[in-house]
Amino acid sequence: MTQTLAPQSLEETLRSARDRGKKLLVPYVTGGFGDDWPHLVAAVAHAGADAVEVGIPFSDPVMDGPVIQETSRLALQAGATPSSVLADAAREQPGVPLVAMTYYNLAFRAGLERFAAQSHDSGFSGAILADLPLDEAGPWLAAAQAQSLATILLVAPTTPPERMERICKASSGFVYGVGVMGVTGERDALSRSAVEVAKRLKAVTDLPVLIGVGVTDADQARSLCEIADGVIVGSALMRRRLANQSAEEVAEVVAGIRRGLDRG
Amino acid sequence: MAHHAPEEGRFGRFGGRFVPESLVPACQELEEAFANAWADPEFLSTYRRILADYGGRPTPLTECRRLSEQLGIRLLLKREDLAHTGSHKLNNVIGQALLTKRMGKTRLVAETGAGQHGVATATAAALFGLQCTVYMGETDVRRQELNVFRMRLLGAEVRPVNSGSATLKDAINEAMRDWVGSVEDSHYCLGSVMGPHPYPWMVRELQRVVGDEAAGQCRSATGEDPDFVVACVGGGSNAAGTFAGFVDTKAALVGVEAAGGAAVTNGVLGVVHGMASLFIQDDAGQILEAHSISAGLDYPGVGPEHSFLAESGRAKYVSASDAEVLDAFVALGRTEGIVPALESAHALAWVMKEAGREIPSGSTVVLTLSGRGDKDVAQVMEMGII
Ligand SMILES: Cc1ncc(COP(=O)(O)O)c(C=O)c1O
Repeated sequence: MTQTLAPQSLEETLRSARDRGKKLLVPYVTGGFGDDWPHLVAAVAHAGADAVEVGIPFSDPVMDGPVIQETSRLALQAGATPSSVLADAAREQPGVPLVAMTYYNLAFRAGLERFAAQSHDSGFSGAILADLPLDEAGPWLAAAQAQSLATILLVAPTTPPERMERICKASSGFVYGVGVMGVTGERDALSRSAVEVAKRLKAVTDLPVLIGVGVTDADQARSLCEIADGVIVGSALMRRRLANQSAEEVAEVVAGIRRGLDRG
Repeated sequence: MAHHAPEEGRFGRFGGRFVPESLVPACQELEEAFANAWADPEFLSTYRRILADYGGRPTPLTECRRLSEQLGIRLLLKREDLAHTGSHKLNNVIGQALLTKRMGKTRLVAETGAGQHGVATATAAALFGLQCTVYMGETDVRRQELNVFRMRLLGAEVRPVNSGSATLKDAINEAMRDWVGSVEDSHYCLGSVMGPHPYPWMVRELQRVVGDEAAGQCRSATGEDPDFVVACVGGGSNAAGTFAGFVDTKAALVGVEAAGGAAVTNGVLGVVHGMASLFIQDDAGQILEAHSISAGLDYPGVGPEHSFLAESGRAKYVSASDAEVLDAFVALGRTEGIVPALESAHALAWVMKEAGREIPSGSTVVLTLSGRGDKDVAQVMEMGII
């Protein structure tokens, strides 16, 4: 499927929303999981997302907890490939920037230039490669830049200050603060490390600062956004999908978080 | 195979450190800790002393008289099966446990396939008073039942892994996930020459004692260096340690993979488990499941230095089928009274097949017998081949 849609600039979109005083919400959807997944991408977008993170399932997702491991496994079993996920993600007109979230081997195997071009041509604005740290990112950053594709780098609670600054300089679109030391998945309470990472990032960068991993509900999102510019919510949505909730039910959860953030 | 760290953890175009940001500081800390320790005479003497008076080193180099005669070659076995816990894995684990103490950490996390690395890790944890969690694929938990009990007996917690193929690759995924969440007090005690820098270098250095000993022993026994040096390859640690002792000699170096997990032979360049190396994968880059009779070689990738040695031509990689391996497993018992691990039997299977062909008659062959076969007896018994 060919998309003629020009990808929106992720960073411009997020910066201008933030500068208007809006808190940013980026839901995550596993590409290829469930027949109507492109509809889910659009539904969460319309429920108040500022961008949507689309997971391209990988056989060995070491940064993911049980929920996203399972959605990835089922998506692969259903025949999802990087090409099919990229091609189908914007099918139902989400109308917000899309960010691909995956592991480096899929980009590497396709060829970095080709993967970046394919992402751009399918209407994606950025990419997150969970196992590609700054030190190894050079070749990918060049390939992505050539396609005006943003590369969102991650910062962890263990990242030392000087390294954090270098990561922020190399990151574009936004910077992804990993909220907890651990893999993706819901957590009962907001961890102190999430707040800490947000504070540290806000002190060194003007990029939009979004916190993900472990952000579970509207309350957690709201208190994090007293410091952070926004949040990424994934497992909390995918768990509901695994329990067979409809796209509309999941979108309603996103709308609830949106209302929480807007209330401030 | 110099002792010092390869620059940026690279072996040619292989290696590197491709881990989530959360683990980068821990890998850097480990690299520094190992570089310092490996240059510290006190650390080295403690490591060597423990390997000697606890681990049973040096292990002998045994000349196989009856099998050599049958094959028309001179076959010498480096007897890692006689090391404490029954395989070469202890060499690596003692070093990493000492480092764990040095870094002030209190818990070891490990993956295991055959269970030998898990048993070695559980052993070192007991010896040093560390906590220990071992991840093991459900498939391997079933076929290596004895080792699961040994680990528990030693006080380790064994967590079965159900995801993916439920073998070694998935145990590594799960151990890495654990480490992402526990890195502050836990050390990931990786069992082979794979993963992110510094592991491939560090584990090879900790295993080079196998090759260094064997090279000296071979010279004393035969007066010269061998013509062939052969070892089995899963992730590649016993082979890397062995090759390190012979890389500067004339010996042909041969790594033997399992036919159903032959990453060097059938793999393509990829980036998985922290390293750029050869992996068996599909066109999209999804990693495929390996299939082997031996749990320890049931891995779709290989350590980066082996990919490099293969590409440079310094070492050669071949494979052995399950059937050939079973023949070798039985043959060694009946000719020499030694029951090898199924992993090690791969190396022997290739030698038995190629003696008088690719290995000219009269050649001297040093083969690393990486472990003993007790753990495999129940599995082979169930096959009903005897
Ligand atoms: C006896 C034995 N040999 C070999 C291996 C394979 O590991 P490596 O290739 O790292 O030596 C194992 C792994 O479990 C093993 O138990």
